[in-house]
Amino acid sequence: MSVIILLIGASILVAGGFLFAFVWSVKSGQFEDDYTPGVRILFDDQKSKTQPNPITKSKK
Amino acid sequence: MDYVKVSYDNKIVKHFAIATVFWGIIGMTVGLWIALELVFPQLNMGVPQLTFGRDRPIHTNAVIFAFVGNGIFMGVYYSLQRLCKARMFNDTLSKIHFWGWQLIIVLAALSLSMGFTTSKEYAELEWPIDILITLIWVVFGINMMGTIMVRRERHIYVGIWFYIATLVTVAMLHIVNSLAIPVSLTKSYSMFGGVQDALVQWWYGHNAVAFFLTTPYLGLMYYFLPKAANRPVYSYKLSIVHFWTLIFLYIWAGPHHLLYTALPHWAQTLGTAFSIMLIAPSWGGMVNGLLTLRGAWDKVREDVVLKFMVVAVTAYGMSTFEGPMLSLKNVNAIGHFTDWIVAHVHVGALGWNGFLTFGILYWLIPRMWRTTIYSKSLANFHFWIGTLGILVYAVPMYWGGFTQALMWKDFNPDGQLTYTFLETSTQLKGMYALRSIGGALYLTGVFMMAYNLFKTASQGSFLANEEVEVPEMPKIYNKQKGENWHRPIERRPIQFMVLALIIVIIGGVVELVPTFLIKSNVPTISSVKPYTPLELQGRDIYVREGCYNCHSQMVRPFRSETERYGEYSKAGEFVYDHPFQWGSKRTGPDLAREGVGWLKKPDSWHYIHMLDPRSLSTGSIMPAYPWLHEDEIDTASTPAKIRVMQKLGVPYEEGYDQIANEDLMKQADAIALSLKTDNIETASNMEIIALIAYLQRLGVDINAETNQQKLEK
Repeated sequence: MSVIILLIGASILVAGGFLFAFVWSVKSGQFEDDYTPGVRILFDDQKSKTQPNPITKSKK
Repeated sequence: MDYVKVSYDNKIVKHFAIATVFWGIIGMTVGLWIALELVFPQLNMGVPQLTFGRDRPIHTNAVIFAFVGNGIFMGVYYSLQRLCKARMFNDTLSKIHFWGWQLIIVLAALSLSMGFTTSKEYAELEWPIDILITLIWVVFGINMMGTIMVRRERHIYVGIWFYIATLVTVAMLHIVNSLAIPVSLTKSYSMFGGVQDALVQWWYGHNAVAFFLTTPYLGLMYYFLPKAANRPVYSYKLSIVHFWTLIFLYIWAGPHHLLYTALPHWAQTLGTAFSIMLIAPSWGGMVNGLLTLRGAWDKVREDVVLKFMVVAVTAYGMSTFEGPMLSLKNVNAIGHFTDWIVAHVHVGALGWNGFLTFGILYWLIPRMWRTTIYSKSLANFHFWIGTLGILVYAVPMYWGGFTQALMWKDFNPDGQLTYTFLETSTQLKGMYALRSIGGALYLTGVFMMAYNLFKTASQGSFLANEEVEVPEMPKIYNKQKGENWHRPIERRPIQFMVLALIIVIIGGVVELVPTFLIKSNVPTISSVKPYTPLELQGRDIYVREGCYNCHSQMVRPFRSETERYGEYSKAGEFVYDHPFQWGSKRTGPDLAREGVGWLKKPDSWHYIHMLDPRSLSTGSIMPAYPWLHEDEIDTASTPAKIRVMQKLGVPYEEGYDQIANEDLMKQADAIALSLKTDNIETASNMEIIALIAYLQRLGVDINAETNQQKLEK
C-alpha cells in the first residue's frame, strides 16, 4: 500500500495549490462582491461600430 | 473610461462544436453496437476489431474524451473569451490544441481496435498517446491561463474557477495513472502492481468522472444556463462555496470503486466517507442550477435550450445522490459488478453531459451564425426522444442489475446456490434488448440535432471574429524602480501556482515513484509465484482482447461468492500483476479461481469454448474468438517482457529473459499434447495455447497455500 504515499503526495500538492488559490482569491478581494458577477455575465459586450453586418434574418 | 476593441475568436469554437457533434455520433454508435452485441453475440462475426472487449473501450473513450472533451473545449473557448473580455491568448495554440486533440482521438480509436491497451479503464491508451495527451493538455493550459492573465475583468467568474480546477487536476491524474515501463511502442506494463495498481486506477477513474465529466461541465452550466435563461445564477455565493468544497472533497472518493475487494479496509472506508460528504457540494450545484430558473419556469415551457438544461441538471442531481448511496458498503454489495452501475453512469453521461451539451449547442450555433434555430419542433422532438431514450435505457438496466444481484445471492433451502451464473446472465437478455432500443432512440435524437444544426448554420452567416468594445481594466500597480526581480512573479499568483505545481509534481514523480513502488512488490504470500513466460503471454492476450470488460478477477468475501467461485481474494495474490485485472463488471462470471477447484475445466473445454461459446454454454452471450486459434504467439517479445517485469521487481532469475522462450515452448507443447488426447490437433505456438495456460493458472497459487495450511493442521 506504499502507493498511498504517492497518491497522498499528489493529492496534497493539488489541494495545496487550490488552497493557495483560495487564499489568494479571498485576499485579493475576488469574493468581496458576491452579487454583481452573477448579473454582469448576462450583459453582452457592446458591439464594435465597425462590425460588418448586423444579425441576418433567416433566408426562408 | 477607455474602451478597447476586442475580437472574440468564434472560429475555434465552431471547430470544437463540429467535432463535438461528429464524435458524439461516432461514440454513441459504437455504444449501440456493443449493446447489440450483448443481445446478438454472433455479431462480431469472428473479427477482433468488431468484438465487445475491444469496442467497449472505444465507446467509453470516444464519449468521454472525444464527445464530452470537445464539448468542454467548445464551451470553454466560447465562455472564457467573454468572461475575460479578451481573445484567446494565442490563435496558433488554439489550432494546435484542436488538431492535436483530434489526432489523439483518431490514434485512440485505431490503437484500441488493434488491441493496444493498458486495460486501465478510461486510461486504456498506450504510452506514446499518453505523452501526446500530456503535451496537448499543456498547450490548452497555456492558452487558457494566458487568456486569464490578460483578462479585462478583475473578478474571475466562478465558471473559470471550475475550468482551472479541471486543467490542474486532470493533468496530475493523467500523469500518475499512466506511469508505466514500455516494452515496445505499443505495449507497456503499469508501474504499479496488484492492489496498488487498483488503487491508483480508481483514484484516477473516479476523478476522471469528477474532473472531466463534472467540474468543467459545472463551469459550463454556470455560464450557459444563466445566459440561456437570461437571469443571474440563484446564489453566486453558493456557487463559490460549493466550488471550493467540491474540489477539496472529490479527490479521495476513488476507493468506493473497490469496496469488499482486497484493498485494505481503511482505504475502503476513506472512500465511503468522502463519497457521502460529496452529496453536499454536488447538490449545492444542482440546487443552484435549478433555482436559477425560479420564477422563470414559463420560459422552460417555451425554450428547448432550457428544457435540455433542466433535465441535465436534474440528472446531475440524481446521479450525485445515487453515487454516494452506492458508496455505502451494504448498497455496493448489491450494485457492484451489475448493470446497476451501467444505469448509474448512463444517467450521468446521457442526462448530465449529453443534455447539457445539446442545450449549449442549440444556444450557441444560432448565435454564432447570427440566425435562429432552423426547426424548433425538430429540436423539441429531439428533447423528447432523448428523454425517452434515457428512460428506456436506464430502467431496464436498473431492473437487470437488481435481478442479477438477487439471483447471484439466492440460496435454496438446502443452502446451495439456486442459480448458475449462466442462468443469471440469460435472464437479462430482454433487458439488454430494451437497453439497446433506449440507446437507439437517444442516438436518433442526436442525428436530428446534427441535421437541425447543419440547416441552422447554412441559413445563417458565420461570424468568425466577433468585434466588441470593452472597457479597459485600469492598472492598479505600477512598476517601481529598483524592485526585486521576483516581484512580477508575486503579482501573478495563478501563473506562479501552476508553474510551482508542475515543477513539484515532476520532481516528486521522478524522485519517489521508482524507489518505493518497486520495493513494495515483496510477496506477502509465499506460494504466489511469477507467471511463466507462456502465462505472461496469455495474460497479455487476455488484456489485449479486453476480457476484463466482462470478467472480474476478484472474489468478494460473501458466502454467495465463495460458494460460487471459491476462496475469497487476498491482496498478496496480486503482487506480480502489472496491470491488475480485477475488472469492474460481471457480464460473465468471475475468473479469479478459474484454474482450481470445481471451476477447473480441461484444456480442450477452453479451446472449444473460445471457438464457439454456445456449443458448451447454451445461451451464453460471450463472443467467439476464432482468431486466437489461427494467430501465433509473439514469442519475439518474450525477452523484453521478462526484462521489464524484472525492472518492476518481479523475481525472475538474472538472465532468464534469454531462456524464457524455451520454457514457453515446453509448457505450450504440454498443453498441445493434452489437447491431442481430446482429439484436438493444433500447433503449440498458437495464441489460444497461451490463453489456456493463463486461465489454468488463475487461482492456483492461493490454492497451493490453502492446501498447505490444511496439511499443517
